[in-house]
This record gives sequence, C-alpha cells and structure tokens, in this order.
Amino acid sequence: MPAFTPPPLPSDDKRWKIVNGTMRKNGFARHALIETLHTVQSSFGYLDDDAIRFVARSLRVPLSQAYGVATFYHHFSLKPPGKHTMTICTGTACYIKGTDKLVAEAEKHLKIPQGQTTKDGNISLMTARCVGACGRAPVVLTDGELVGQMTSAQMLEQLERWAVE
Amino acid sequence: MTIEELDQIAESTRAEYAKFDNEINVCMGTGCLSQHSDQLKDALAKAVAAQGKNAFVRRTGCMGLCAAGPLVLVDPDETLYQHCNASHADAIAASLGGAPVAELQCDLREHFEQQVHVVLENSGHIDPEKIDDYIARDGYQALVKALTEMAPNDVIQQITISGLRGRGGGGYPTGLKWGTVAKAGGDLKYVICNGDEGDPGAFMDRSVLESDPQRVLEGMAIAAYAVGASKGYVYVRAEYPLAVSRFTNCLRDARRRGLLGNNICNTPFSFDVEIRLGAGAFVCGEETALIASIEGKRGQPKPRPPYPAVSGLWGKPTLINNVETFANIAPIIRNGGKWFASMGSERSKGTKVFALTGKITNTGLVEVPMGIKLRQIIEGIGGGVPDGHTFKAVQTGGPSGGCLPAEMLDIGVSYDALVREGAMMGSGGMIVMDDTSCMVNVARFFIEFCMTESCGKCIPCRAGTAQMHAILTRICDGRGAMEDLDLLVDLCATVKETSLCGLGMTAPNPVLSTLKYFKNEYIDHIVHKRCPAGVCNMQAPAAASELEVLA
Repeated sequence: MPAFTPPPLPSDDKRWKIVNGTMRKNGFARHALIETLHTVQSSFGYLDDDAIRFVARSLRVPLSQAYGVATFYHHFSLKPPGKHTMTICTGTACYIKGTDKLVAEAEKHLKIPQGQTTKDGNISLMTARCVGACGRAPVVLTDGELVGQMTSAQMLEQLERWAVE
Repeated sequence: MTIEELDQIAESTRAEYAKFDNEINVCMGTGCLSQHSDQLKDALAKAVAAQGKNAFVRRTGCMGLCAAGPLVLVDPDETLYQHCNASHADAIAASLGGAPVAELQCDLREHFEQQVHVVLENSGHIDPEKIDDYIARDGYQALVKALTEMAPNDVIQQITISGLRGRGGGGYPTGLKWGTVAKAGGDLKYVICNGDEGDPGAFMDRSVLESDPQRVLEGMAIAAYAVGASKGYVYVRAEYPLAVSRFTNCLRDARRRGLLGNNICNTPFSFDVEIRLGAGAFVCGEETALIASIEGKRGQPKPRPPYPAVSGLWGKPTLINNVETFANIAPIIRNGGKWFASMGSERSKGTKVFALTGKITNTGLVEVPMGIKLRQIIEGIGGGVPDGHTFKAVQTGGPSGGCLPAEMLDIGVSYDALVREGAMMGSGGMIVMDDTSCMVNVARFFIEFCMTESCGKCIPCRAGTAQMHAILTRICDGRGAMEDLDLLVDLCATVKETSLCGLGMTAPNPVLSTLKYFKNEYIDHIVHKRCPAGVCNMQAPAAASELEVLA
C-alpha cells in the first residue's frame, strides 16, 4: 500500500499548523476526528466548510461522517461567533432559580433568539446544558468567564457595556 | 517506585509543611474561582509575607459548601471563613496565632459533622496540582500495595467484598464488572473513566477531578492491573476546562514520578492514560455511546449485548466506570473491602457524594453514608428551604430521575429504595424545589432536555419524547384535556419499554413521578386552567417549539 500523504494546508494561516499538529500527534488516525475538530474550534472559533473538508481529507474520513460528527455535538459551531458571547446556563438548578427569565430577557433585549448572533456580529446569545457550577445558580458565562447568582439587571448591564464598546 | 520511596516522599512533604505554624487553604474549585478566589489567594500570600507570619498559603480543590464561597480553611485550628475576598486577606493573616476573625467565620459545624468523607477525604486539604500533596495523604499506597503484594484476582475480590456499586447511576456491582473484563480473552484491554457528567444539576465528578485528580488516576491504574488492561482513557466534558487542565497536569506528574508508564514499580505492569474531550452530548454518558465518541464517531449507543466488558473500544474488552467509582478504589484497597462494606445500607455500601442545589440554604457538595434519610440531607445538612418558602419536592437522578414529595423524605437513600419510589440514584444530583416551582413545568423541562439530547437513533425516544413534550406544553398553556394524562402514561410506557438505551428508558421518569405524586397540579392546569405555583402562562398561544414538532 502506498504511504499516505496528507493534503497541503489550506492556506499559510498559522492556525492550520496547530490543527495539523493535533492530527500528527494522533498519527492521522481516523479516531482523532473529534480531537481535531476541537482544535479547529478553539483555533478558529467555529468550523467552516474548508476546515471540515481539510480535516476529513487528512484523516481519510468520509466527508459525510465528518459533517455528521460536527453537527451531532453541540460544542461545535458551524457559524462564526460574535465578538462577545453571553452563555446562559439552562441546567436544572439554574432553571429552578429562574434562568428561563434571564434567557427571555436577553432575547428581548438583543432582539435575537438564543443560539444566534446580533446582525452587527457583536454579541452571540447561547445557552448551555449545565456548566457544573450549580451551587452558584443561576450561572452565566460572559465571554467564557463564569458569573454566579446572576440577576437580570446585572446581565442587561453587561450586554449594554458590550453594545457601546 | 517502591513503598519505601513513596513513604519517603510522604515524610519529606509532611516535614516541609510542618515547618509552618499555620496552613491557609483557599478553595479554588470552579465555584469559588468564579468569585476570584485566585486573587484572594495571592492577597493572602502577600499579607502573610508582609506581616512576617510563618504560614503557608495553599490552593485547594472544592470544600463543598459552594453557597458560602469563597472559602478559606485555616489549619491546624480548622477555622473556616466564608464569603472571603481579597480585602479580607490582611485581617485573616493578622488573626493567625490569635483569635479568629469573627465576622467571617462560618459556623456550620453540623453541616460537616453529619457527613462522612471517603471520596472527598482530600478535597479542600491538598493542592490538586501537586502529586506530593496527594502522596503525603497516603496517595498511591494502594497502587503500590496492589502491584507488589496482591494478585489481580485478590484486587477484584476486595472490590467484590466491598459491595461497591457503580456510582454513575446504574448501580451495577463493580466487582462483578471487573471480573467479567478480567475473564475476557485477548491481550489488549482498555479502561475508561466516564467523566461525561451530563446530568444538569450534578457536579460531583467535576469536583473530584478538580480537587483530587490523582485519586481517580490511582483507581484507574488499580483497575487496569486487576483486569489486565494497559491503556486508559478519561472522557471529560469540554464544559469543564478546569477539570481538564488539572487532570492533564496530574497525568504529567504521575508519569514523572514513575506511577504511570512502563513497568510501574519495577513490575511487568505498564499503563498509560489519555484524555478525550466530550463535545456536549448528554447521550455520551451511556457507555456504548461514549465508546463511539472516543472512536471519533457520533455518540450513538449500540444494542447490548455484546457488553463493553466483552467487546468495547475498538472491539476489545473494555472496563468503563464513573469518576466517583474510581475515586473509591484506593481507600478500599488501602483499608480492605470489609471496611467499606461496614458503611452504608444492606445492598448499597459505602458513601455517596451528592450535589445539593436548587432552593436549599447550603448548596454544594455533600458526602454521606448510603441509607441516610433524605430528610437528614435536606433539612439537616442542607439547612432546609430558605426565604420562608415550603419544601415541595426533591429531584434526584437528573433528567432520568424522579421528583419525590415531602412524604417521601423519610426513605433511606439507596439504589433500590429510590428506584422503588419512582426516582433513581443517578450520578448524584439532588435538586430541591419549593412552592414556587410548578411540577408540570418541571416535567416539561426534563422532557425538553431529553428531546433535544435524544441522539435520534431509535424511534421511541426520538418521536416519543417530542410527543410527550407537545402534550406537556399543551397542559402548561392551559389547552390540555384529561385524556392527555392517559395518553402521557401510555407514551411513557412505550418509550420506557422500547427505547434502545438508558436515555430513552428513563426519560419518562420525571413525568411518571410527577403524575404519581403531584397529579393534583396536572388537574389544576387542565380542569381549572390555573397554575398553583404561578409559573405557567395559561393563556399563552401555541408555543413555537410545539408547532415545529407538529410540522
């Protein structure tokens, strides 16, 4: 069997080298698909068509399988995130402490449903299935930073701050 | 590494700390870190240096009482301070050697005294990023003992005697599982640690991985020796970045100390572990789905048998246990299976860690002997429902569990008792609800969770949960009919009996348990068009989500 040569990097963007590094570390094994997509997501912020194609070809995984995995897991996003992200935890403890109202208020304030980004690309409104900080419910992540016992006033203030930046 | 070398490390670490008059432990678990306990720790270190105190400031894992965080524990006096921030550092440092800072002191002795810590014995006492801290508290004694003094069968026998059952929720006897994997043929076997703690409202595994990662690794290594595996995987949720980083660090340290890698303790036993990140799929907590995920595929479960113990990861015999199960292994080997079996109830041995959250005063992690009454956990250790509200229900077992009313508070917590009453142990989430929670809405919340988390492979789960959600939404919106209740019970039975994996089989539990104990609330919604808790908007038009389902 001829030796497998991985495809060339899509561009000279340095981040592709990081992605390639993950695959190389795993010997370009097929089971490294999720690991590699994690690297793409953390390097680029989301998975675009080019990235999925490149990873699928490098790992010799059918494109359908790579796309299936990318869409199966909630952690992977196929759309670029906003400049800022407000992630509201909707786990049970947070729900009992009224997080559904936080979501409704944020949706009203930003005029977008959860899971979307404002038209100007500034703020993404996401929900999470429990971040495991239930002792501090209700919890939100503002740009990845965990804030516990969030009130709607506090949350709206943060959204205002981001809007005028 | 020999037992003598291990003792020497422990001795010298203890001697190093003994030089200090005081040890100041600062909780740096996720809960307290979110309130900047890292800044508090730095401020304390500065204050101690500035005041010339002979004290050591240590980063530790979770101390359990998340409600009162950030927490600081000053040893040897065991003074616990609550709600600390960097501005309190000077006062705490100044109090060393004198009277404690009264206004910060946390006076919750009864909260801690009613607990028994086995899994959490080191949490809050050691630096989770220092392997020597773990060794100084008898860490790795069990692994060295197993490798040098015990045959693999002896190890399995001790686990069997201990009566330990899987802490992930199923409650399968651990010794039996290990025995099956050990008997399976083939020279390549795997050990997997299931850290895909997807139950919302549960954070025991996160806390153990963050606070005492070496304990989990030691448990895995002992398991690998017992069943004859040489490779392990730890599957952790990507939502737990701190747990991932602390476990990564733990692996590196263990390799450096020769406790992981080739020929551990100069024996033929070799074992190495890799971390695999979850990607946000609840179903991956199911063992065959988790295996598919490690193989780089979509996390869809497979029919069992064959069980992973016979044909698991890449078709090889695989042992899968939960984080908390592995965390129990080292103390069992150290103290013997009989010691473990002396705790707990008839058929549920040992202790269990619960995440106590919701409408309860002392939110956080507690570890109690099995068999303890629910009332003691909620009213005693948990401090009851705050703000003058009354207790309505406690939900155990996450989306697969059930809601138990006040009348059930006197049952003892064990695998069998909870299942008998329509709930389940689950991984250990315990969410308390008061009179402001609507039980119909709660049932809808859980079904919505299972509906969105259903992997879509089998129809009962995929379509059944969607239909149940549509009915519950109808009832919540005041458009329900009494026939809907029969339909719900019918659907529940179908989904329960015919789903492929645990997700579908247990998804109806929240509906069935609320129907059993809170049927009057359903009737209020349907007949009187009112929501007793004032949660549901009874005149709401058909929700968009329901229309989507029907379309």
